[in-house]
Amino acid sequence: MDTVGPAKADLALTGEGADKTQALTYPRIDCRNVSVYYDDKQAVFDVSLAIHDRAVTALIGPSGCGKSTFLRCLNRMNDTIEGAKVTGDIFMEGENINSPDVDPVLLRSRVGMVFQKPNPFPKSIYDNIAYGPRIHGMVDSREDLDAVVEKSLRRAGLWEEVKDRLSQPGTSLSGGQQQRLCIARAIAVRPEVILMDEPCSALDPIATARIEELIDELRKRYCIVIVTHSMQQAARVSQRTAFFHLGNLVEMGDTDQIFTNPRERRTEDYITGRFG
Amino acid sequence: MSKMPDSSLITPKALKHLKKRRAADARFRLYGIAAIVFALSALTLLVIAIGTRAYSATTQYVFQAEIMLDADLVAPEGETSEAEITRNIEGFYTLVRDKLFAEFPEASQSQAARQDLSELVNRLAVLSLARRVADNPSLIGKSLEVRVPLSDDLDLYLKGGSPKDVTVRVGSAGTIETDVEGKARISSTSGLSKVTSTRSLLEEGKAMGSVLLAGGKAVARIDSLSPDAAELTLLTGTFEQLANAPLVAHIIPLPEAERPISDQQIAWAIALKQAGNARQVLHTSLVTHTDSTYPELAGTLAAIVGSLLTMMVTACVAIPMGIFAAVYLEEFAPRNRLTNLIEVNINNLAAVPSIVFGLLGASLLLGTFALPRSAPIVGGLVLALLILPVVIIASRASLRSVPPSIRSGALAVGASRMQAVFHHVLPLAAPGMFTGAILGMARALGETAPLLLIGMVAFVAEVPNSATDEATALPVLIYSWASNAERAWEPMTAAAIVILLSLLVIMNVVVVFLRRRFERRW
Repeated sequence: MDTVGPAKADLALTGEGADKTQALTYPRIDCRNVSVYYDDKQAVFDVSLAIHDRAVTALIGPSGCGKSTFLRCLNRMNDTIEGAKVTGDIFMEGENINSPDVDPVLLRSRVGMVFQKPNPFPKSIYDNIAYGPRIHGMVDSREDLDAVVEKSLRRAGLWEEVKDRLSQPGTSLSGGQQQRLCIARAIAVRPEVILMDEPCSALDPIATARIEELIDELRKRYCIVIVTHSMQQAARVSQRTAFFHLGNLVEMGDTDQIFTNPRERRTEDYITGRFG
Repeated sequence: MSKMPDSSLITPKALKHLKKRRAADARFRLYGIAAIVFALSALTLLVIAIGTRAYSATTQYVFQAEIMLDADLVAPEGETSEAEITRNIEGFYTLVRDKLFAEFPEASQSQAARQDLSELVNRLAVLSLARRVADNPSLIGKSLEVRVPLSDDLDLYLKGGSPKDVTVRVGSAGTIETDVEGKARISSTSGLSKVTSTRSLLEEGKAMGSVLLAGGKAVARIDSLSPDAAELTLLTGTFEQLANAPLVAHIIPLPEAERPISDQQIAWAIALKQAGNARQVLHTSLVTHTDSTYPELAGTLAAIVGSLLTMMVTACVAIPMGIFAAVYLEEFAPRNRLTNLIEVNINNLAAVPSIVFGLLGASLLLGTFALPRSAPIVGGLVLALLILPVVIIASRASLRSVPPSIRSGALAVGASRMQAVFHHVLPLAAPGMFTGAILGMARALGETAPLLLIGMVAFVAEVPNSATDEATALPVLIYSWASNAERAWEPMTAAAIVILLSLLVIMNVVVVFLRRRFERRW
């Protein structure tokens, strides 16, 4: 690691914050000295932070600050990018998921992901949800599968809207519905962690509000990490917030504290709109 | 009108600019329309040119008659097996020829006349009749209505192709004075002056060609012609028949020595047509017969089957290979120098002239691997190599058009890379891939040069049964028909082109259908 800087301070901060602020939660994912390189260019510098269970962690920061790249480390999606290299340790339940022995396919069934642009498969609503459980062999019968589909759609708050047209293509839904379908699709494989990469940036305010409500609901069962451009959204939905800048983790803490009493000058400048 | 202030949008300068821009827009539109009109008219011209040439090959003149299938001739003692009957061309031909001799007794006068009359029907024309009888021996000994194609030259003449004739209605004969046997003199029919003037117009006063006078089943040649009288030589029939029917003069400007058929043969053809023994029928043998050295007997069946067998081999090799190569290169291969080199080479390969692939096939497949010459399997392999780059390029483009978000979505729910590709990307890319594959196949179907080099230009009289039999392909057949000298090949060639084009159109329709039916949007 040739870069030092805020990383050490953040590590101390993370450990500190983790115990003090959220008494009910404990770290689900513990990242230590995570760096990401695209070919020779380093995009994330030595980031260490803890992500708590049954809470929403928001990653904020200006464009190109590495927050999405960091998010993609958590389910090894960076593996699919040519030339991307991730160093450091990411512990989930005591296992280093960044180890070459970990099967990224298995990992991704435990760490679901929702993308910026809704990307339902061009198949029926039913098949969109059923695809994950099918390939993982999680169901034995058609009835089980029906139950999983219904449960997932209910949890994503979409069941009432689509229960009569499950055979219609997922792409025929509205943008907000498509995004909730993608969330249902992620839920269907019973993940422990759900990663959301700017899930509302392609949606209108009403659809955004629905997704935010849904995130708040899902927090009770899952560990959620959300990347967002909107500081208001981070403030509304998250319990913990991490501020990234130029690939570095600048500050991490309880959302209230970050927004009302940031410790770092750069954080304050960003949330007050002085840059970004 | 009030004076515009300086800040107005409508100033003389702005107006000038606007005018210029509108003119440029209009010019550009005009270029576009001109290009499309040009392309469309070229296409129309092509279709019309080929269509009109091929049209005359859609029908064929046949000699049709009731023939008694004499057992002694068609299946003599000891030669009654199916194969022997089929091979007994001579017997069947004798039957047909005898029928012609009975029809035109005047031909029996000399050996030369008999020979001339025999030429009306080709010896091999009875082959399909022989096969029919061989398949159904119970016909032997019975009377059967048979149809055998007339010789190509007569067919061409009767269809108005070559030699050209101009017919003039002469009306009734008036008086016929018969003096010597077979010679006569007619006079005072109003039609004769018309014939004289038409003839002098056609022959520009040189009077080299012939004028035949037909009436009923009789035909006579006009030896000397003046506006009010004509000297006749009877060619077939009787003068009585001539006297009692309305006369038609056939003016043939081309001198007898310069044409493949004599006046006598034309006279017989006209008489046959008058009697209803020469009939214009649908030219089905064009698609049911194999190749022949005689245009009236030739057909495209062997070439169509050869082409289909070749295409089958090509499809079996090029489509799976091309699609899997594309999937590997696009979805799995790392991006490095080697794959870049491969990519550049695939693109270059698509531009290699097809004859080079023919040379490769000749030296490698025929030489090194000793595969059979002229066989669809070799042709198919060569054409597969030829279209492989096209299929790969089209398939890659189609894979690339599947948005990456679909791949990420599949990976994010825990699908492996393989599952993401085979469950999601391939089904979405399939219509585009098949479009590319079928367009490649269409190119292969029309390819001639490589097939020439691997010997698929051989004369093939048997329909190939398997990919290792000797065969030829449609474009090669067109090539060899087009290089034949006889006039009758011209419409045949055009008709074969129409068949090839129809196959191509069908393939393109399939492409359009696949695209419409399976293309999905996201």
